[in-house]
Amino acid sequence: MSDDKKRTFDPDVVSIDPTAAEMLKIAEDCEISTVFQRADSIKPCSTGAGGGCCKLCAMGPCRLIGKHDRGVCGADRETVAARNFLRQVAAGAAAHSDHGRDVALTLRAIASGEVEDGTIADTVKLAKVAGYMGIDVAGKDANTLAVEVADCALAQFGQQTGELVYIGRAPEKRQELWRSLGVVPRGIDREVVEAMHRTHAGTDQNYKTLLDGAIKCSLASGWGGSMLATDLQDILYGTPTPVRSSANLGVLSEDKVNILIHGHEPLLASMILDATSEPEMLELAKSLGATGINVAGICCTANESLMRKGVPPAGNMLHQELAILTGAVEAMVVDVQCIFQGLTEVADHFHTKLISSSPKACVGDSEQIVVDEHRPREAARQIVRSAVENFANRKEVHIPNVSEPLVAGFSHEYIRYMLGGTMRASLTPLNENIVNGRIRGVAAVVGCSSPRSVQDYAVVNVVRELIANNVLVVVTGCAAITSGKHGLLTPETMAFAGESLAEICETIGIPPVLHMGSCVDNSRILTVLTDMAATGGLGDDIAGLPAVALSPEWFSEKALEIATYAAGSGAHVIFGGVGSPVANSEVVSTYMIDGWTERYGGSLRFIKEPQDMVVATLDLIDNARKALKIDVAAERVLFDMDMRRELSV
Amino acid sequence: MSKIIASAAIRGAHSIFGKTTEKLARAKESFGSEHAIELPNTGYYLPVIYGLTGEKVEKLSDMDRVLTYAQELLPEVPSEHLWLPYLGTTLDAGIATLLTEECHEALNYLDNDPTPVTDLWLGAADDVIMRAKGVEFVDGSAPGFAAVVGAAPDSETAVRLAREMQEKMLYVFMAGHDNGVSFGEQLETEGIQLGWDTRLVPFGKEVYSQIYSIGFATRAAMAFGGVQPGDYERILAYNKSRVFAFVLALGEVTDEWYATAAGAISYGFPTIATSDIPQILPTGVCTYEHVVSNITCGELVQKAIEVRGLKIKVTELPIPVAYGPAFEGERVRKEDTHAEAGGQKSEAFEWLRTLDAADITDGKVEVVGPELDEIEEGSLIPLAIVVDVAGRKMQSDFEAVVERQFHHLMNFAEGVLHMGQRDLIWIRISKAAVSKGFRLHHLGDILHAKILDQFEAIVDKVQVTIYTDAEKVTEIRQKALLTYAQRDERMAGLTDDTVDTFYSCSLCQSFAPSHVCVVTPERLGLCGAYNWLDAKASNELNPSGPNQPIAKGACLNELSGEWAGVNTFIEQTSGGAVERMTCYSLMDNPMTSCGCFMVIIALMPMCNGVMLVNREYPGMTPSGMKFSTLAGMVGGGVQAPGFMGIGRGYISSKKFMSAEGGLARVVWMPKELKDAMRASLADRLDEMGDPGFLDKIADESVGETEDAVLEFISNNGHPALTMDPIF
Repeated sequence: MSDDKKRTFDPDVVSIDPTAAEMLKIAEDCEISTVFQRADSIKPCSTGAGGGCCKLCAMGPCRLIGKHDRGVCGADRETVAARNFLRQVAAGAAAHSDHGRDVALTLRAIASGEVEDGTIADTVKLAKVAGYMGIDVAGKDANTLAVEVADCALAQFGQQTGELVYIGRAPEKRQELWRSLGVVPRGIDREVVEAMHRTHAGTDQNYKTLLDGAIKCSLASGWGGSMLATDLQDILYGTPTPVRSSANLGVLSEDKVNILIHGHEPLLASMILDATSEPEMLELAKSLGATGINVAGICCTANESLMRKGVPPAGNMLHQELAILTGAVEAMVVDVQCIFQGLTEVADHFHTKLISSSPKACVGDSEQIVVDEHRPREAARQIVRSAVENFANRKEVHIPNVSEPLVAGFSHEYIRYMLGGTMRASLTPLNENIVNGRIRGVAAVVGCSSPRSVQDYAVVNVVRELIANNVLVVVTGCAAITSGKHGLLTPETMAFAGESLAEICETIGIPPVLHMGSCVDNSRILTVLTDMAATGGLGDDIAGLPAVALSPEWFSEKALEIATYAAGSGAHVIFGGVGSPVANSEVVSTYMIDGWTERYGGSLRFIKEPQDMVVATLDLIDNARKALKIDVAAERVLFDMDMRRELSV
Repeated sequence: MSKIIASAAIRGAHSIFGKTTEKLARAKESFGSEHAIELPNTGYYLPVIYGLTGEKVEKLSDMDRVLTYAQELLPEVPSEHLWLPYLGTTLDAGIATLLTEECHEALNYLDNDPTPVTDLWLGAADDVIMRAKGVEFVDGSAPGFAAVVGAAPDSETAVRLAREMQEKMLYVFMAGHDNGVSFGEQLETEGIQLGWDTRLVPFGKEVYSQIYSIGFATRAAMAFGGVQPGDYERILAYNKSRVFAFVLALGEVTDEWYATAAGAISYGFPTIATSDIPQILPTGVCTYEHVVSNITCGELVQKAIEVRGLKIKVTELPIPVAYGPAFEGERVRKEDTHAEAGGQKSEAFEWLRTLDAADITDGKVEVVGPELDEIEEGSLIPLAIVVDVAGRKMQSDFEAVVERQFHHLMNFAEGVLHMGQRDLIWIRISKAAVSKGFRLHHLGDILHAKILDQFEAIVDKVQVTIYTDAEKVTEIRQKALLTYAQRDERMAGLTDDTVDTFYSCSLCQSFAPSHVCVVTPERLGLCGAYNWLDAKASNELNPSGPNQPIAKGACLNELSGEWAGVNTFIEQTSGGAVERMTCYSLMDNPMTSCGCFMVIIALMPMCNGVMLVNREYPGMTPSGMKFSTLAGMVGGGVQAPGFMGIGRGYISSKKFMSAEGGLARVVWMPKELKDAMRASLADRLDEMGDPGFLDKIADESVGETEDAVLEFISNNGHPALTMDPIF
């Protein structure tokens, strides 16, 4: 690191989370590089950032900037921007869907009795999912049914023709639209492959069809791989219900063995959690001077484990290196996605064991304990034992005394329950209070955290402003952990909500910001939106609902893929922080807003500043309210006998 | 749900659960686990439990399953900080409370601690009441009920509230007390007539007895809505959309009140409280607000109606006494009577005739002869009530239809007793009414206002003349008698064959969505309330209303009464559920039933005949089922060959079950029904050539088994045994 960079990098301004500055000063003292410092020293490639660089073939790479409006092959800015975008979406869809495939394989292995002590946690959800798939439930035991469900799920990936089975879960009107536009995904893998083919040099060279391709490919994840991942994980590990926990580096323990689970998959994490409560492990820990074993999470493995087991998140993605800088982490176990290779450098400076567990994600020279999905418990024990033994090597510890309590665990199923109890479970109260204006609209604040903007600043400010404006917020992914770290996930937060939203929170007993899970769980939001459309009073499609999705600090291709399936499903999406990946083409940028709105009822726009994102969100919500004619207070209807006869029962 | 309310309701649910568990343990110790437990005369076991869970509680040990389920629903009280969502769990606590309270109240019938029925408290409503009164909820004559918990600040206020609700036609269900004082006791102190007939129904002193309100509502969904036991979603949705009830919390709201109110909210019944408790205003589970508080007694009823979303049409009448269906069941005792007419003690009659519009001064009410203040207290007077109407759409057929409403219209006035019709009326007017200024001309005012209101589509002008002059009464009665005779002749000539059009009746579709009655001249509606002329008039009044004309079309089967037009109509209106329907057959595509039928016909295979049972009959029948159980099989808008619900009037029709051989098939009926039908069946028996036939029909004195009936009819030469096999 040069002296110049040291001068410009200021740990106090890169994050609004005080633990970041605290840990970054330690990093500076130890001369350890982190994502924050690297982001400061490496400026993004301005041509690539806006989708202006085409490196698909060896005639290029071509930079379509300045006077260059065409590449060597003649591809224009629109084609290049759209093609790059589609490739990003395809990578994101591949990541989420491959995650879903692994869950399906695990379910099949467990249901077939191939996994020691493997059990199915939620048979109610199993039956429900079987129902979605058109599988007859009657007279089948859980394992038999689970095998059929897993087989059906696995078939979705390799299916070549027809429609994905979950397409049938979308609003009727949406399905018809997709069919008429030819974007119904046929098979999950097929759509990713087609996207790669379509973007090969000299293939699809029309930005509109390329973007339709992006929609189709993303739908294969949103209504395919991602949705399957969520559903099958619920079957395996339980459908989330509210749990209490706390978030930020303060959840690490000074006197316990700390194991951090990081990545996106819940399988190994769940086994690790089990192993930490084994007497043998606890005794080993005690014999080495620890008072117990503490498991905490980073990124979406954190979210998965938080939602179901209350495992506290130590931080969002940008906290992965900072956590190790505490010197208190005996082992960090990583699986897939969003894991920085920079971890190896940080871990090298401490006693922390960095263990990669997925055969498809070996991180630098980290120790690999590849999990055999048939014997995950064995791997988990090995990891926990190794972590506990490592406690003896712990040196100086510096854990920031910062954490915030939170409530998480709002699955679609629980949201229905919380609005009516066991016997009246439904979204009716949600819809009615949107109609009567107590809830102005709903916003999903999702996605990542990025070192290209001040950590947590945009998410926190957008969430705070929206709830103050009576918008009910749901959060997933790293944005959820960000919200948790800043105390926005407590029911007491209703004090900062607008008056009428606060009244709703008081009625139900909820925070105004609901944690709905990991990034793969954005499929839960699709399910809620579909249910809202079906419940009545707010139209009959996702398009038109007073709902907006935002990712104020996005960074990954998965985020773009989520944005695309949300837009294709009829939602308006606002991305913030860094600029647009299609900024190099004004035409494509505009088409994703106006063209998609016209075609799909949803859109994707890139707005840099949090305040502007809030203004745009409220505008979109208010326009939707106006179109639904719920922008003015309705008169109270009193029912006489004839009118009652019209009510459904 | 406010956290304070949620916490209180959950505490209350635990408290009631604890008490009930102990009560059950004591009962098991005293009576044994297998001891039978039931509420009086209901086919719905413990109806809330049966409706919501499908569990049939028949013995004490059956309650274990219910309480185990209730316990699973019981949540923890929300924590002070970082609480988890509590609306869903509180609603669960409410459901647990209802299930528990029903066990608690049923146990009272066993351990008499407290005695469930006393001079004041009525305890559970049995199925007879539920069906009879349920019909009023069906046809809209009772727009809903108020579940009153606690007590008014003083008994005068209690009376005022009760009167206000009666005038708004609401039923008032009372249970629970405020520091020892209850609404029911307050009304009793003031000498108010309590009971189902006056719509003021005191269930019990403890709040737990409000479970009978919920039991009433739950059974309505099963009996009239055809909802299957255990289908809790539809039971609750039905109540939210159809049974417009609310809770009035008068006084200090205890944890147990909150718990009970939380249960009511799942039914869509909000709570309106007089005390300053937290409110729950956001909507969603109920139609509008869930808890509204700090309402004065003066505004309470109006507020409750608004919160429940109820529209009640009350015609303001210029009379000095209260008015509403709740006063129909009120008695006027002889010693309280100021004046009396008819009752075969003096000449009295009522008569509606159609005149030319030019001959009528609308609103004119004249009393010819002495008024009430001109006669001595306790007098017997002659009386003629003559109502002249005119209207462009008025038909002579409608005269009887309108005239038949006189009974209700006059009886609804507080302090007026009216019975019978034509020249068989009996009227009493109480001293209390007269002292409040009530006069005979007010009867005229009532008839004028209400006839114009109810029959506005056919009647344009109404004038009323009331005669108390003996000579005039005698003179005009001769003219009225001519009209009565003409009407009878017309009715006798009115047969299914002589008309081209039948009428449908879907009046109770609010309650029984898949049932449609077909009303023909010779088969009246199964609730007994609507005959063919009524339906015709109703269609005239409201062309898009519940009575639609059905062109008979081609006759497909004369004997069983099947017409192409009827089939087409039924198929359309039932959404294809019923494709064919006969009017006169029990076995071959019989008419469906809602839940309002007066009598059930049930097949008696061994006897080659049928039995009839009326809904008032509480005992066992030879079918092995009580009326209430049979009703469960018949209702809900499905065809059930061998079982059918009918109106009493159909029994004396020539077309009664003519496909199966008619009246001669009847082998058993309760004695009470037999006696009630004796007069109207006389002609039919003569036609059968068997005037003593009724005595060949077995009744409960013969036995309640089919074997006993078979033996009886065999010994008495009953014709059914020699008829063709019934199926």
